[in-house]
Amino acid sequence: MSPHLFDRIIRIGAVGALLLGFWQASDASAAPSPERADALIHLVRQDCGSCHGMQLTGGLGPALNAGTLANRPREAMLATILHGRPGTPMPPWAPFLTEGEADWILDQLINGFPQELARAH
Amino acid sequence: MRIDLRIQALLLAAGLFAGCASQPPAPELRGTGDLGVVIARASGKIAVVDTSHRTVLGEVSGLGDLSHASVVFARDGRFAFVFGRDGALTRVDLLARRITHRVQQAGNSIGGAISQDGRIVVAQNYEPGGIRAFDADTLAPLAEVPSTYGAEGKRSKVVGLADLPGNRFAYALFDAGEIWVTDLSDPKTPHTEKYAAGLQPYDGLVTPDGRYYLAGLFGEDGLALLDLWQPEKGVRKVLREWGRGDEKLPVYKMPHLRGWAMADGYLWLPAIGRHQVWVVDTRSWQQVAQIPVAGQPVFVMARPDGRQIWVNFAFPDNGKVQVIDSLSRSVVKSLEPGRAVLHLEFQPRGGEVWLSARDDNRVSVINTERFDTLTSFSIDAPSGIFFTTRAARIGF
Repeated sequence: MSPHLFDRIIRIGAVGALLLGFWQASDASAAPSPERADALIHLVRQDCGSCHGMQLTGGLGPALNAGTLANRPREAMLATILHGRPGTPMPPWAPFLTEGEADWILDQLINGFPQELARAH
Repeated sequence: MRIDLRIQALLLAAGLFAGCASQPPAPELRGTGDLGVVIARASGKIAVVDTSHRTVLGEVSGLGDLSHASVVFARDGRFAFVFGRDGALTRVDLLARRITHRVQQAGNSIGGAISQDGRIVVAQNYEPGGIRAFDADTLAPLAEVPSTYGAEGKRSKVVGLADLPGNRFAYALFDAGEIWVTDLSDPKTPHTEKYAAGLQPYDGLVTPDGRYYLAGLFGEDGLALLDLWQPEKGVRKVLREWGRGDEKLPVYKMPHLRGWAMADGYLWLPAIGRHQVWVVDTRSWQQVAQIPVAGQPVFVMARPDGRQIWVNFAFPDNGKVQVIDSLSRSVVKSLEPGRAVLHLEFQPRGGEVWLSARDDNRVSVINTERFDTLTSFSIDAPSGIFFTTRAARIGF
């Protein structure tokens, strides 16, 4: 299979998954519980931070600050979070995130990502 | 004799008086061979540690964004050069535990190296892409080599910087797919040779003799090998056939190659996109074994005597550490020393290993024969651990 075709299939699949997710999320707020929100903030800052930087200023991966993301299509960004981006090191995070959580993370990124609360020693 | 005693008494009194003044105490008279640094990545601090007594001597703060921070040491082991993600380079006096010099040298940086003669510190930068060289005593800028490539004059992210004999430095250009070797023996006029390497080199290492530079490739199978004794022969792709055609697994954190792992005469490497450690014969550059491990390896580190190889892992397996026996080439011990084990560092002769568990805010010291925990410290979100013995090793 050519990489191009593979890419297209991934994209079509991603859009389908997104539409389904949108339909599911439309009747309920996607906001995670406070505990889960803390865990997601930690995940983004520390583990996404491996490539994007703990302050999300970029690294091997691009910066994820509000200014960088503002003009990008939301569907494509969500697909990238959930399914990765073929041809780049960006891996799929769907095994660890629901679509609603990915959507919430994207909201936080666009609005200025929260800092982590101090964690108990 | 009596006069001598009086002089001594006077000097003692003067010393006591001086001790009452507000000057900070002079650094303790001690060696530096058993010192080390632990990065507290979230708080912009480093802890200065003593590996003989397994203690934290103190901390130095104000170092900025230390995610992906790394450290190299001056040859005397007294001064640490800390490279921050935010592009800051800081020179820290480990004995006085204070910052002596600090420069904001780039917008985004991931590490650096120090020259063979100890006089030049070089930073590798993502933004703006390239390397920059600084005077190791003053951090005064000496030279810059922008990683410009292609017709549009873009600058590539620089990865895998390694010090080479002759005040040269090798590094790889992630976006350009090249390996560059820059000679800084005359820092005012750097001279750079460029070699095609392959798709998306993500890190590199130099072998302990300084002869081979090896860059891992994300975008294709195999590694790019440059023989620095015969660089005119160009880059050779090695280990291409292994795992070819296999579906690659997602990589949630890039493996690190820096700090070669030589053991039992072989080079031990983290595979990428495969949950394996690869064992490579450095004469033939053929694989001799692939060892299944618990996840995507990040650091593959040989105990200094080479009898064991310790491996940590990328998310979501980053709570595990595995120990490979270099003779049987199999995992002989699996440990769970804490949540999010980011790094490990052996004592110079290997009897103890220090491991950082980021999400438990803990550094543990483990005996490498019995695997029992000897002590542990509370350090805020610890990541890299660097001992001053690195100062004497090529490629560290």
